[in-house]
Amino acid sequence: MTSKLRVSLMVTCLGDMFYPEVGVAIVRLLRRLGVAVDFPAGQTCCGLPLFNSGYHREAREVARRTVPLFRESEHVVVPSGSCAWMVKQEYPGLLADDAGAHREAQSLAARTWELSQLLVRKLGVTRLPSRVKGRVTYHDSCHLLRGLGEAESPRTVLRNLEGVELVELPGADQCCGFGGSFAVRLPEVSTSILDKKLASVESTGAECLVACDAGCLMQMGGGLARRGSRVKAVHLAQLLEDGA
Amino acid sequence: MAPAKPALERSGPHLREEDTLLSAPVESRSFPERAAGATRDRFLQQALTIATTRFVASRDEVFAAFPQGDALRDRARQIKEAVLQRLDHYLEQLTANVERAGGHVHFATTAEEARAIILDIARRNQVKLIVKGKSMAAEEIHLNEALEHAGMAVAETDLGEYIIQLAHERPSHIIAPAIHKTKAQIADLFARELRREVAADPEVITRLARGTLREKFLQADMGITGANFAVADTGTIVLVTNEGNGRMVTSLPRVHVALMGVEKVIPSMTDLVIFLQILARSATGQKLSSYTTLVRGPRRPTELEGPQELHLVLMDNGRVRQLAGTLREALYCLRCGACLNVCPVYRQIGGHAYGDTYPGPIGILMTAMLRGTPAVKDLAHASSLCGACAEVCPVRIDIPRMLIELREHLDREKIAPWPERLLFKACGWLLGRPALYRLAAPLARLGQAPFVRDGRIRSLPSFFGRWTRTRDLPAVAARTFGERWAALAREA
Repeated sequence: MTSKLRVSLMVTCLGDMFYPEVGVAIVRLLRRLGVAVDFPAGQTCCGLPLFNSGYHREAREVARRTVPLFRESEHVVVPSGSCAWMVKQEYPGLLADDAGAHREAQSLAARTWELSQLLVRKLGVTRLPSRVKGRVTYHDSCHLLRGLGEAESPRTVLRNLEGVELVELPGADQCCGFGGSFAVRLPEVSTSILDKKLASVESTGAECLVACDAGCLMQMGGGLARRGSRVKAVHLAQLLEDGA
Repeated sequence: MAPAKPALERSGPHLREEDTLLSAPVESRSFPERAAGATRDRFLQQALTIATTRFVASRDEVFAAFPQGDALRDRARQIKEAVLQRLDHYLEQLTANVERAGGHVHFATTAEEARAIILDIARRNQVKLIVKGKSMAAEEIHLNEALEHAGMAVAETDLGEYIIQLAHERPSHIIAPAIHKTKAQIADLFARELRREVAADPEVITRLARGTLREKFLQADMGITGANFAVADTGTIVLVTNEGNGRMVTSLPRVHVALMGVEKVIPSMTDLVIFLQILARSATGQKLSSYTTLVRGPRRPTELEGPQELHLVLMDNGRVRQLAGTLREALYCLRCGACLNVCPVYRQIGGHAYGDTYPGPIGILMTAMLRGTPAVKDLAHASSLCGACAEVCPVRIDIPRMLIELREHLDREKIAPWPERLLFKACGWLLGRPALYRLAAPLARLGQAPFVRDGRIRSLPSFFGRWTRTRDLPAVAARTFGERWAALAREA
């Protein structure tokens, strides 16, 4: 590469606190691909939980202070489809009242990528070495699939992983039952949705359940662990780390 | 009878005392309790899974083979919006054309008025027995109770409605009222009512119902239906059914009354063709429903069949004020039920748990429309915002966005519980202060220490138990990404 691409990591709150290994995997992966990665200071949470629960004034303030953190970033990579959706689809609208902030939010929206999208659509990387062998299946997280219209990029990466067989998950496009605060507002309903999802996961015979969203992974991983299932819920990045 | 002029400016408080009495929930449990209860009902789970899976698969299949479907959906949405922009005009046109064909038009501002109008028509015609086609509008105003209270007998003639009438229940789905029942449960119900053995075979059950209903059709003095559409420039009332009962209800009794929400008017027959192509496909996965009944005026002097009187009741009941309200888009709804079938929440809890006339994602919006935002304090959160509803809606109503707006309203009007509001506002405050936010992880690590085994938490007290009762929770990492970054930066 002649001029090195620069990408900033927006690690997200769940990524920071619960899944730091995903962020680490992304940093190492991108560096191997010749990308310069930085991690702008002052990140907290994108504000999606506030926004979806109707706390828009609070979400607006989060957006207002998050957007400038990435002012100098050439591109921004996000490990969760839902947080990428928040930045790309909701930040500009939230900041519509302030022309300057709105413009800046639109600019950030255009430079922000969910990880699989960055790999496939921006970097044009589809063949990557794998950390695991065997059968994997993929769950479409709702915000990545229906919010950002992305079904193909994660599958492209998974299909091309050496030694990995991607089996389609029946009902892959159906919600896992996480839904942020929904999971604790209506825990029985959330769990009932999850049970059906996990039965479907186990029917595939896969050893790895892959998703591109920390929320879905928390829900499905938590359910699988509770069942004592041999299936592991992992983030796409975790399959790709250390493969080189 | 002089037709009431559409009085669009009249849209005052629409929830009168009588409404509250008639619709007082028999159920004292809260929505979360009802929803949790529904997830434990084995029969309900079985019935819902079978029916919604079939509906969804048929819908997907029929649209996959219908490439023009997407463009027709866009067109249908445009027509609905155009109608709302000139609703008064189309209602006046509809009224004029129904009257020209010999029918009568009434305008009801409230549920109470709608009931009074229909009761009055029934009394003037000395009606004893009423046959009904399936109508959510009639459910909305609790019409059956009102008619029965006035001493009239009411027979539901749609098979699903007939079943739930026998069971003394209310519909749990917009187009499949008895979706919550298994075949075996329905057979048991029929056996109890008819005091004979009934096989759990849909054909046997249907034949039995048909035998009973045939008698009712022949004896009935009045037929009541809803309307899927009303065509303004011809004055035609359109009914979409699969059992042909709609046709019998509108042609055999002396009097036909059709009740519809004002938003169901469409401009022309050309528009009707657009809607008919997407309605059945979205609802049941059929290209067209088995029967499309077009009713224009009562029996004419030269005709041998049809009712002597035709009445169309146009109902506001909270709709008109939403022309300028946040729920405007919900007025596009065709009542196809597709959003229910794909909704992960509806699929777990069924319609009754929602606790009002209209269940499912669109039902939450309709309940807010009919009863006001405080009535959906809990229901507004009965969605994971997965977006499946918006994806299948034939007129592309952005239901998730509207649910988020309802939630915003709940906060703004301080309807949401104060501990919740306090918690979210505190979170918002914290997220604006990265230095304090960075202390959250070390604090959480201290707090979680007694509960962590192998990096996971299997049980937490009080509120957190809502997660850990059924799912493990990952422990807050020994070092957050932020704490690892300095070392990671040096790797480069």
